[in-house]
Amino acid sequence: MIEAILFTLSLGGICGLALSVASKVFYVYEDPRIARVENLLAGANCGGCGYAGCSAAAEAVVNEEAPPNVCILIGPESVAAIAGIMGSEAGTAESYKSFNNCKGGSRATDRFIYQGLNRCSAVNALYGGKHDCHIGCLGFGDCVRACKFDALEIGPNGYPIVDKGKCVGCGACERVCPKSIIEVRTMSQRLLHLNTEDDALAPCQQTCPAEIDIPQYISHIREGRYDSAVDTIRERNPLLLACGRVCPHPCEEYCRRAIEDDDAVSINQLKRFVADVEMNSGRRLPISSAPDTGKRVAVIGGGPAGLSCAYFLRRVGHSVNIFEAMPKLGGMLRYGIPEYRLPKAVLDWEIEGILNLGIDHHTNVRMGVDFDLGSLVGAGFDAIFMGVGAWKDYKLKIPGEDLKGCFTGISFLSRMGNQEHVDIGRRAAVIGGGNTAIDCVRTLIRMGVEKVYLVYRRTRKEMPANEVEIVAAEHEGVEFVFLAAPNKVIGDDEGNVTGLEYLKMELGEPDASGRRRPVPVEGSETVLDVDMIITAIGQSPDTTFRTPGTRMDELNITRWDTIDVDPDTCRSNVPYIFAAGDGATGPALVVDAIGGGRRAARGIDLFLKGKPVTAQPRALLSKRHIPESLFTDVGGVGKSVRTPMPELPVQERIKTFVEADLVIAEPDANTEANRCLNCCRLCYDPDKGADKPDSLNAA
Amino acid sequence: MGDYTVLIISSILINNIVLAQYLGICPFIGTSKKMETATGMAGAVVFVMTLAAIITWTIDTYFLKTLNIEFLRTISFILVIASLVQFVEMFLKKSIPALYAGLGIFLPLITTNCAVMGVCLINIKEEYSFLQALVSSISYAVGFGLALILFAGIRERVILGRVPRPLQDTSIGLITAGMLALVFIGFKGLV
Repeated sequence: MIEAILFTLSLGGICGLALSVASKVFYVYEDPRIARVENLLAGANCGGCGYAGCSAAAEAVVNEEAPPNVCILIGPESVAAIAGIMGSEAGTAESYKSFNNCKGGSRATDRFIYQGLNRCSAVNALYGGKHDCHIGCLGFGDCVRACKFDALEIGPNGYPIVDKGKCVGCGACERVCPKSIIEVRTMSQRLLHLNTEDDALAPCQQTCPAEIDIPQYISHIREGRYDSAVDTIRERNPLLLACGRVCPHPCEEYCRRAIEDDDAVSINQLKRFVADVEMNSGRRLPISSAPDTGKRVAVIGGGPAGLSCAYFLRRVGHSVNIFEAMPKLGGMLRYGIPEYRLPKAVLDWEIEGILNLGIDHHTNVRMGVDFDLGSLVGAGFDAIFMGVGAWKDYKLKIPGEDLKGCFTGISFLSRMGNQEHVDIGRRAAVIGGGNTAIDCVRTLIRMGVEKVYLVYRRTRKEMPANEVEIVAAEHEGVEFVFLAAPNKVIGDDEGNVTGLEYLKMELGEPDASGRRRPVPVEGSETVLDVDMIITAIGQSPDTTFRTPGTRMDELNITRWDTIDVDPDTCRSNVPYIFAAGDGATGPALVVDAIGGGRRAARGIDLFLKGKPVTAQPRALLSKRHIPESLFTDVGGVGKSVRTPMPELPVQERIKTFVEADLVIAEPDANTEANRCLNCCRLCYDPDKGADKPDSLNAA
Repeated sequence: MGDYTVLIISSILINNIVLAQYLGICPFIGTSKKMETATGMAGAVVFVMTLAAIITWTIDTYFLKTLNIEFLRTISFILVIASLVQFVEMFLKKSIPALYAGLGIFLPLITTNCAVMGVCLINIKEEYSFLQALVSSISYAVGFGLALILFAGIRERVILGRVPRPLQDTSIGLITAGMLALVFIGFKGLV
């Protein structure tokens, strides 16, 4: 008996001794914070956080690979306590949510039929899956089975639908999806994601400079979910009221419905429709923002690029101040686009909504005059965005250009936009063929000028202005003088304009831009009897803000006076200065400026978070398309009538600055939304009853 | 030499610790969903089972038997195996961090693997010599690894098939394990 007791005691003693010696000898330093963090976690080892157990999650938190709120089971007090241990703000980490990127699902044509397989991973292992579309959803629901929180189900169209309320962002679905269709992202990551070659993108969405998810918002409209449609647009474009009115919708040129003998879906009118629904309801939809990051950004210029950049920066949690030289925000939207195209009340409502996110703004302050780079840096701004626009009109460089009665396009329009008094004449000539020239002639008509000429040195076919605008100007009685190059402005003794002399031109050989070069005809001088001339032949950025001898002087400027930036990240040669919009690209579309503002916001966000400011891999930039998505024919699409744009009758609209283009009615919007083929990259839903096309491989 | 060949073959195949003696079923079901974890577990078991068998054999032969206190066998083996696993874990963490990270969660799980205890007790029951105990425990561990890896390979493929809902996951796993055991019965006449 005594041996047994002695043996047990000694065995226990040896084991205990060996282990205590071992724990001393084999001691490995471990951050004491790991144990403290682990004590605050739920201890359930549920794996909901995506880490292998609570210790692994605690280690990830201490290594700053996971946010303090990594655990899905603990309350806000514990999150705050963990943040306290880590010395960080409790709120800086955003929650992750699951999103399904495939909107086409089972409609993509089948390439293979597999019998007996019921897992996405299984069919994916065999030649990449059953569908023709190599990026689309396979629809067997591996993600649904992986979700421990019952937040996913396969919807009626055969692809997964996420219940955002139940999703905890654990990432289990993303890990099992063999096609990367399901992605778990924070709102910030989604807002700043640029289109890439690997995304499920319809041709219209690839074309839109702002990268709006067009099929998604149209499908919301089709199902009557106008709020969701507005939210979808706002993920990419904060100026939907303005864009719905003035955008020349490059997206519609790539609409698959227009490939055969049908008209494109009226995408932009649908945008305007939902934007107007929100405005007319008098109730602003809530826009969520990420928790504050404590970083501050100065946005110089309150135009579309500046507003877009400020909006996205604010939504991802940075604090933003806008500095604007003009009396009000809006830039060219307010001072370049006339009231009849974009009413100031509409613009004010839209800008107010953006400022309501908590964006500060200062107007009537000009860079280089009222403040400079030094004062911004001194005031503690971490990064600077320059959306200075292109406000300097090109001159004609002909004699008499400074006579009384001569104006330049942007200065004329901005004075109108500012409601200043402008002395107008009886007969006016506008020189130029772009949108600014058209805006000038249509403004002059509404101001009661008896005769308005538009003088352009090429023909109507070469006019860069939007076709609808040209047609509207024709209807309103503008007289077009094509193939005319102004030669001289004629004045009287008192210095007033009395006429414009021009040379007639004829078209010669095509030039570098592919347009036939106009050549003057000898001895063809003709005089137009006018007493007012507006020159609208193009603009460039005003770079007078570059004070010599300061850091601004180092900012690289191109030979077109634009700020030289990396087109992917919008960063200039000064690391903390970013630029986009007309000031960086030269005069372009509003929607280009909005897209640029978002790209710059992405660059600034990377910069502020201390990450390398690099282009997103495989991004679809510089108006590139995914070749496989450009079809040459689409089968099974029945012809349908495009909803015409309602507008005020000509006789009525030329007397007033009331908005000329009207919004489409709700039934029309519904019809138009139903014309959308709901395309994705390789799939689309042809009209009901039609056979599925087998022409996809030919494309 | 012939005896050892028989011992190896019978320990690996005929008396396979999982499929013939039904020990260590929990890690067999729990870690066989993926080939990667199955190989990790197999490696860890070979390591621990061999060490545990040697130490328990020594304790049994030189202490328990000489002192005539064999009734303490179970409790002392439990204590030794648990301490051994802890010790090995600490040793690997410090000395071979790569192996420690590779074995990961499986090392502590072995503490509760009844196959380890089973092999130690078999060695005593069969009255093996030291060398025999060493060879048999390595062979049993290899047999465990073989069964686990075969089973994981089958389960990875079964998951792709159309399994009726009530039989999915562990249920079909147990049925598969039963079939695998039937197959191993076929080795009975080998020696």
